[in-house]
Amino acid sequence: MVTATAGSLPVIDAAASTPSLEIDPALTARWLEAFLRDELLVRRGAHNAVVGLSGGVDSAVTAFLCARALGPEHLWAIRMPYRTSSPASLSDAQSVVEALGCNVATIEISDAVDGYLRHEPGSDARRRGNVMARTRMLVLFDQSVKLGALPIGTGNKTERLLGYFTWHADDSPPLNPLGDLFKTQVWALARYLGVPAPIVDKAPSADLEADQTDEADLGISYAKADVILASMLIGYDDEQIASRGFALDDVRLVRRRVDGTHWKRHLPTTAMLSNTAINEFYLRPVDY
Amino acid sequence: MKLAILQFKPRKGEIDANLAVLGEAFAQLAGEEKDYDLIVLPEAALTGYFLEGAVYELAQDAEALAARLAALWRERSAKNRPVDIAIGFYENAAGTYYNAAMYLRVTPDAHEIVHLHRKMFLATYGVFDEERFLSRGRRIQAFDTRFGRMALLICEDAWHAIMPTIAAIKGARALIVPSASPGRGLAGDGELESVRYWREILHAYAVEHGVYIFYAGLAGFEGGKGMTGSSRVVDPRGQTLAEGPELDACVIRAEIDFREVDLARASLPLLGDLNAVLPDLLLDEELLPTLGRDVLGAKVQW
Repeated sequence: MVTATAGSLPVIDAAASTPSLEIDPALTARWLEAFLRDELLVRRGAHNAVVGLSGGVDSAVTAFLCARALGPEHLWAIRMPYRTSSPASLSDAQSVVEALGCNVATIEISDAVDGYLRHEPGSDARRRGNVMARTRMLVLFDQSVKLGALPIGTGNKTERLLGYFTWHADDSPPLNPLGDLFKTQVWALARYLGVPAPIVDKAPSADLEADQTDEADLGISYAKADVILASMLIGYDDEQIASRGFALDDVRLVRRRVDGTHWKRHLPTTAMLSNTAINEFYLRPVDY
Repeated sequence: MKLAILQFKPRKGEIDANLAVLGEAFAQLAGEEKDYDLIVLPEAALTGYFLEGAVYELAQDAEALAARLAALWRERSAKNRPVDIAIGFYENAAGTYYNAAMYLRVTPDAHEIVHLHRKMFLATYGVFDEERFLSRGRRIQAFDTRFGRMALLICEDAWHAIMPTIAAIKGARALIVPSASPGRGLAGDGELESVRYWREILHAYAVEHGVYIFYAGLAGFEGGKGMTGSSRVVDPRGQTLAEGPELDACVIRAEIDFREVDLARASLPLLGDLNAVLPDLLLDEELLPTLGRDVLGAKVQW
């Protein structure tokens, strides 16, 4: 019974509205497996998938999902090391192959990459990294034709929003199961799927340069970036996000990266000249 | 009344192929010993939901589609039995395009569109872009069937509580809800948040108005967007009698006894209460400026 004594009532504080990054990993896995089966088997009549297996968590989760959706015998994991790639990447990728029992091929890209870069001695790390990423996509698409398979993308929502990928390379496969999951959600899914722990626990890296890590490149941890991004996407301004426990500089860094990379999440800009411009006036869904 | 909800998984844009699959389903249903009385299909059942500009290539004349469905039923059921069919489709009404649903009565030698509903709340936000391509329906009506009075609400129509409310006030004892709902929200406990939302609002409508709800959800992925079937029958006390899976095609079979509506309304007479209070609500002078402009004003002009 509530009495009228001043100051004696218990006070219950309401939480601030915050976007939830929690996922039900079993539900997520079930949904993404159904997505892969429907898009590959039903819509496109393709029974096989190829995944570029880097040794990182995104491609490992993608491979696990493909193996569950299609059967490991229908998955080709392609390892594409460059001569400076970390040996740990190759062995981590191997642990995924062993866990799944899928097909595997290792295709060195050093000759192809160096064959071009030999003529570009002044190229910096960014250019070299882009050439590696685009060479890997060239290999992946060619292998997909050879194997009668579709390449499956591995990009997550965080890297897509931050523009932390090579345009028309990592983002080019026709299907992408992880593109609407933040990095921290990919980790949660990885744990549920049983991705080998060293892959889930290690610092994420594009492995385009020695000792590179994503979080050093980005200047912020994924744990922070994901909540800031999720808050931005539902419309909170910088001050609202900062008031939920983030440094204003971190919030601004994330917003700068997102606002500077909208173009990377679109097809090329085409000059519109008619009333039938493709994707402006002439609109047809991708599965039509 | 024996009800079938056909949770349908069409191939995008392939109307003939989808009608062939529907014919197989008709044959399956007609093979049962006891005849079905009403077959309910989802929104955009024969084309898929996300069509963009292709809607102008695929929209159907309502009467022409009714004739095809009636012929298909007669051919594949191989019985001289009547059936009622409710189905969502994109309608081409002489060059005006609607997201529509029809309630069709098929007899051995004739068919009749008992009611045609055109979606009023065209989803146009986020992933949805209906109003870019389609015109809005103008009215929600209840209509008489041989089993009792019903109403059709298409997808977002049923996200506005006033729609089932008006349908119930107009006498509907069952709400037929053809829907195409792309699943989203993964935080739930084994259930997508969008599916949970549907479950909760349909439960609330059934309880508040004492109506049956026949919800038919489109199934399958469309360009990465998974349409969450989850078709369901909710009884007038809010109990879910059956629920379909998220992504696969299925038939939900239910025996419907409309006496349940009377019993539910007797024990919880909220609809009767609403009818008594409604005049005061509608004549609220704070509402009148809005109604006067959009409704009463229009009536005067007519």
